[in-house]
Amino acid sequence: MTDAKKRKGLTLMQRRAVTGLLFVSPFIFGFLVFYVRSLWMTLEFAFSETSTEGLGYSLSFVGLDNFVNAFTQHPRFNQVLVDSIGSMVIDVPLIIFFSLFIAIILNQKFKGRTVARAIFFLPVLLNAPAVFQALETARAFMIGGASAAPSGLVDSLAGSASGVNIGYYIDMLREMGMPMAILDYIIGAVTRINYVITMSGVQIIIFLASLQAISPALYEVAKIEGATPYETFWKITFPMVSPLLVTNMVYTVLDSFVNSRVLQESYDAMFGTAQDYSLSAAFSLISMVCVCGILGIASWLVSKRVYYHN
Amino acid sequence: MEFLRQKINALNSDNKIYNEKRRMTRWFTSLLMTLFRLALIVGISYVILGPIIGIAVSSFFSTEDRYSPIVYIVPMAPTLERYTVAFRLLDYWNVLRNMLVYVVTLSAIQVVVCSMVGYGFARFQFPLKKILFACVIIIIVIPTHSIMLPLYMTFRNFDPLWIFSLTGGGPTNLLSTLTPMYLMTIFGVGLRSGLYIYIFNQFFRGLPKEIEEAAFVDGAGTFYTFVRVMIPNAMPSILTVTIFSLVWQYNDLFYANLFNIPNDWILPKKLNSLQATLAGVPYRITDPAISTLYVYAGIMLMILPMILIYVFLQRKFIEGVERSGIVG
Repeated sequence: MTDAKKRKGLTLMQRRAVTGLLFVSPFIFGFLVFYVRSLWMTLEFAFSETSTEGLGYSLSFVGLDNFVNAFTQHPRFNQVLVDSIGSMVIDVPLIIFFSLFIAIILNQKFKGRTVARAIFFLPVLLNAPAVFQALETARAFMIGGASAAPSGLVDSLAGSASGVNIGYYIDMLREMGMPMAILDYIIGAVTRINYVITMSGVQIIIFLASLQAISPALYEVAKIEGATPYETFWKITFPMVSPLLVTNMVYTVLDSFVNSRVLQESYDAMFGTAQDYSLSAAFSLISMVCVCGILGIASWLVSKRVYYHN
Repeated sequence: MEFLRQKINALNSDNKIYNEKRRMTRWFTSLLMTLFRLALIVGISYVILGPIIGIAVSSFFSTEDRYSPIVYIVPMAPTLERYTVAFRLLDYWNVLRNMLVYVVTLSAIQVVVCSMVGYGFARFQFPLKKILFACVIIIIVIPTHSIMLPLYMTFRNFDPLWIFSLTGGGPTNLLSTLTPMYLMTIFGVGLRSGLYIYIFNQFFRGLPKEIEEAAFVDGAGTFYTFVRVMIPNAMPSILTVTIFSLVWQYNDLFYANLFNIPNDWILPKKLNSLQATLAGVPYRITDPAISTLYVYAGIMLMILPMILIYVFLQRKFIEGVERSGIVG
């Protein structure tokens, strides 16, 4: 026994640690080579001026110039950034609540449940950029205007071919004294319904899975004690799925960020006519900081209400 | 005595009326709920399926149908011409075969690598484990889009640890090949690898330790235990990760564009150039209203394999997600 120990030279714990590191090693290597190095390069690019020479490039440090340029000189970046963040702020809560609502409905027992589930997860399959664009035009062809309107545009909504004058209802609500901010949100929500539905596939799956994991005993107890469905939802269902609010929020924010126009700007700056690597890197960094900020604030807000069962 | 009996009877009938009333209310509420649910599900299903049906039917439209004001949904003179042309232009069988090889191998690598890494994080104690797991969270949270430029540069002048320079070859350009995607996937930082690692980690942590201990006592080595004991138990997670990675890799255009992977390997890229090809020499179809019909046929051809896989695996997939440990 002692011989064996000496030959190996390691205790069991150390041997386990080495095996564990072996299992994790591909990731460590990949992270260092592709991520750490790339993040460092992005920082380098963003803080300096690049000039390309053949296949290589040279850098000269210019401080914050690129960031100042991005905000003050670039024709669109300001607007695109504010737009993207604005629509993210509208979309994310909508998608989360919508997917929770749908998950609760799909979790009930009714005829045709499997078919309904299959249909609701279809958008996960069809969420390809190439298909997406074509679907938008096809949707316009099918529905005839209303939902094909670009998001948030009241005028195009009002003049839709569906025959319903939405502008009239909007005016009516405004005259009833509804605050414009809330009205804007509602209009946004209505115009985005397509987007919200197609974006919430994965979130519905996740919520559904967590609903399935709730022990039926809890509901039984609540029923025997005479709780109303409303109380059951707030005292059992919601706390039990709340840890996944954070997961879903992270997923939704990232998803809507990946589809946002900020990244398109960054991509264009790099591969477009300008080939301005520094500007592109600055765009990337700014948007990354914004996303991390949003994620941080949002998870802080949500995590106060999260209940951890174990 | 008589009085008492009357009283009891009255109470009973009161109770009966009360019960009847309650039953009616309950029946009515549940009817309302069912109707509401039905309306909601049908409505949302329409929003989801509408465009797909629209694409499917309009891919059969002939030119007259497209311009006829009375044609809606059902074509009057259906034609298969869109499909034959799209088939030829997409070089469908070849590209599909290439694409499937590319996607299936990548997904297999994802499953192997991510399950290993997830297992490593779930069951072993080693120094810096917390920090390393934070790195997994970082690659989930930081979108790859933020580091696309350095990735592009890295693979354009690919020279890891100056190996190529030292052996005298100089940096190699790996763009326009499939290598970058495979390299990144093997090293656990491929398309959404972080998410898969997280899923596997959660799942393995949820499995009872006794399974492994039994294997150890019976004399199995760590690796043998992992392959023969843990992997068979992880089937729900494996199914989930396989399907997610198949679907996302199939639909991915970002990496395909970034690494400039040849069109012959990527069906969506081929599809994107379809309209431009149609405007070219033999066809000269420049009318956007007509050329979109060809694009629709192309889209149908592209999503068909995915739909088929989904129809077969749908039930298992959803059950798999429910037990796969996404939930934690």
